[in-house]
Amino acid sequence: MKDFAQLIRKLDSTNKTSVKVKALASYFNLASDRDKVWTIAILSHRRPSRPVNTTLLRQWASEVAGVPHWLFEESYHIVGDLAETIALVVSGKKEIDKPLAQVLDELIPLKKRSEEEKKNYVVEHWLGFSFYERFVFTKLITGGFRIGISQKLMTRSLSLATGIDEDILAYKLMGDWDPNTISFQELVLEKNKTDLLSKPYPFYLAYALEDEPENLGDPSEWLAEHKWDGIRSQVIFRNDEVFVWSRGEELVTDKYPEFSLLLEHIPNGTVIDGEILPYPKNSIGTFNDLQKRIGRKTVSKALLKKIPVILMAYDLLEWEGVDLREQPFEERRKKLEVLAEPLVPDSSIPLYLSGTMGFEHWSDFAAERDRAREKKSEGLMLKRKDSPYRVGRKKGDWWKWKVDPLTIDAVLTYAMRGHGRRSNLFTDYTFGLWNTTEDGERELVTFAKAYSGLTDAEFRKVDAWIKKNTLERFGPVRSVTPYHVFEIAFEGLAPSGRHKSGVATRFPRILRWRTDKSIEEANTLDDLKKLIP
Amino acid sequence: MENPLLAFTDKGIYCEQAGVYLDPWKPVDKAIISHGHADHSRWGHGRYITHERNVPIIEHRLGNIHSTGVSWGESFTVNGVRFSLHPAGHIPGSSQIRVEYKGEVWVFSGDYKTGDDGLSTPYEPVRCHAFITECTFGLPAFKWRPQEEVFRDINEWWAENRSEGKTSILFGYSLGKAQRLLKHLDTSIGKVYTHAAIENMNEVIRTFLPLPETSRITKETQRDELRGHLVLAPPSAHGSPWLRKMVPYETATASGWMAFRGARRRRAVDRGFVLSDHCDWAGLLESIEATGATRVICTHGYSDIFSRFLREKGLDARTEETQYEGELAEMNSTEGAEIT
Repeated sequence: MKDFAQLIRKLDSTNKTSVKVKALASYFNLASDRDKVWTIAILSHRRPSRPVNTTLLRQWASEVAGVPHWLFEESYHIVGDLAETIALVVSGKKEIDKPLAQVLDELIPLKKRSEEEKKNYVVEHWLGFSFYERFVFTKLITGGFRIGISQKLMTRSLSLATGIDEDILAYKLMGDWDPNTISFQELVLEKNKTDLLSKPYPFYLAYALEDEPENLGDPSEWLAEHKWDGIRSQVIFRNDEVFVWSRGEELVTDKYPEFSLLLEHIPNGTVIDGEILPYPKNSIGTFNDLQKRIGRKTVSKALLKKIPVILMAYDLLEWEGVDLREQPFEERRKKLEVLAEPLVPDSSIPLYLSGTMGFEHWSDFAAERDRAREKKSEGLMLKRKDSPYRVGRKKGDWWKWKVDPLTIDAVLTYAMRGHGRRSNLFTDYTFGLWNTTEDGERELVTFAKAYSGLTDAEFRKVDAWIKKNTLERFGPVRSVTPYHVFEIAFEGLAPSGRHKSGVATRFPRILRWRTDKSIEEANTLDDLKKLIP
Repeated sequence: MENPLLAFTDKGIYCEQAGVYLDPWKPVDKAIISHGHADHSRWGHGRYITHERNVPIIEHRLGNIHSTGVSWGESFTVNGVRFSLHPAGHIPGSSQIRVEYKGEVWVFSGDYKTGDDGLSTPYEPVRCHAFITECTFGLPAFKWRPQEEVFRDINEWWAENRSEGKTSILFGYSLGKAQRLLKHLDTSIGKVYTHAAIENMNEVIRTFLPLPETSRITKETQRDELRGHLVLAPPSAHGSPWLRKMVPYETATASGWMAFRGARRRRAVDRGFVLSDHCDWAGLLESIEATGATRVICTHGYSDIFSRFLREKGLDARTEETQYEGELAEMNSTEGAEIT
């Protein structure tokens, strides 16, 4: 635990990627095999299920620290991270020294123990660990190790330590493996993997296009397709079974039983990359519709009927058991079309083909992009015809080229402290639009929250202003004098009964601080409603 | 309670009986000043009464002002009100201000810390009926380690950078923090270079306190001559072109805010050392108890939370808005003028 906590401290105390990779690689060189497997699992978000709920942790921590519960909660709001708050308010001595793997071996069965046994174990370790060990130990319980280490960085460090190629490692670490049972030998070192059955390929992800498309060169080398707004997924057909993986590397087969139908039509040894889309009333629905499916572990018949899903196929990664990823996109597409075209006309089969388009001029691509909203897509994907299917987020061959967002000018009404690197700064904002009541009074109605889009310097300025212009405090939230106008961008909007404004916005964020506008010039709720398609 | 001995007005903390303000934030005729940081000693007052060590500091900052220096414990009376200054341990020359009238005693803490930093005259609790306290770090999440441990970490960091051929850049306030750091740096590792803002303040402090040797960075300073040594710089230098000369370097900030992982990442420094010139949670509670005060007024910092906690402990505690900024100013001074 000491070494792992030391590693986390090092990763935590630098912003330099090279230093992080070095620290991680030297840890991989020194740690025991079991600790290595657990480290890989934790850094790729495969933590054991939470053995103790956070309500209990908070209660015990305030008890052990000898502070009233409300004071612990206030501290938590300000620190912004529960494990960090606990590590800060509880004092301990360095007395316990045990390997990471042992701590996890002890934590996992804790889930089934009595509350008293849980408390004894957790408190004993809080008091027996140093600050960073206590922080890391509590993080192992609460989960969510967000310490600026992406899967990519972890894979790169492991590659540095083992000499195994990064892309091969990325593939080995994908999918469903259990850190409890797998050895480092099996997971990382062994050449022939026995259980590849359900394993997805690492997703190829695109960056947003920053410049004009003209800079991409000759349009004839490119294909465009619509960028659909659902869940990017891989559907795997092997051994007469279907496996559905989301981009977050989550096996979601059970959530989308529709796809078992495809087993009758698609042969073993096939992997399709596509987008799961809601398809109510035989047409593409909104992301709001899909959200009703995402949350459910088991799906009722009524919901299946109301909001069925389809797979919009983009790419073919495996065919007849052969990995196609090195073939040019154009070739893979041809095979995909051969496979999918006979199935698409049958509306009972939940497979559709995302159409690719080639144009002579970039202006034609742009015109197609302008039709995105009416086609219910988020914009275009641009893919080079000869591009292989790469691993992870890479620049060059694939670009996403989203439509310009919808925007509206709104008034800052409430602010809340941020989390993580923004704890202690007011960076989470609520925005209002003007509405005229029945009595003819103008009032600001909340329509969206946003916490991204300003620079650090702007956030500091707004934060300082908020601290001086607070009207009321509600725990971590403050209401402020309506004064500042911000241009808010969002991807789409839909009528909603759950929102006070009657409208739900998708992915709202701050586009600009309109210091040139007074609050009287901000938009009205009616302006917003006019944007509903 | 009619006419409290000290009242909070829009100009500052006011003793009506004496016609004197304590650390006012708007220009007044007569001001008693707790210490030299800019949010406590502002420009434009008719007279400044402060500790004698603070006189050269505020004259350096504010230029030609009418100032009077007094020593620790020396009392002076204005219209029947007795005033005296007592060490606050925050920075050199920092004082608590004791105010007594007809047997009633108030103490204004200014900024203070309970630990001895080896540079400032250590804090002494002063018995009083009412205590006006800062609570910059008034949360149980703040617990300072002994400064020896922190300085051991800082010196190890410097030695490690030196062994890698890098220059160490350590950010800290030019008044107080910089001299405290300087006092405890291990100069067997290398030389200490200073930013002009810090060196100018060092020259002032050296008139009454010995400080280790430093070299001022000027236009003539060469990159190679800095390598492996340590540079003390004000937080405002972070991210500025001034740092270009020091490449390759590692940066660190010494501040109480570095206790939070988020604060360090926001500052984008390579290392954060938790070192503050304010009280931590336990320090605040201990010193309030030592004053024996039954009435406590909490000013800058987590004042609402802290005063609620004190009320639950049975004290008559409340919050007053002031324009003091404590260490918050430090965190936000990456651009513009350095505030404290």
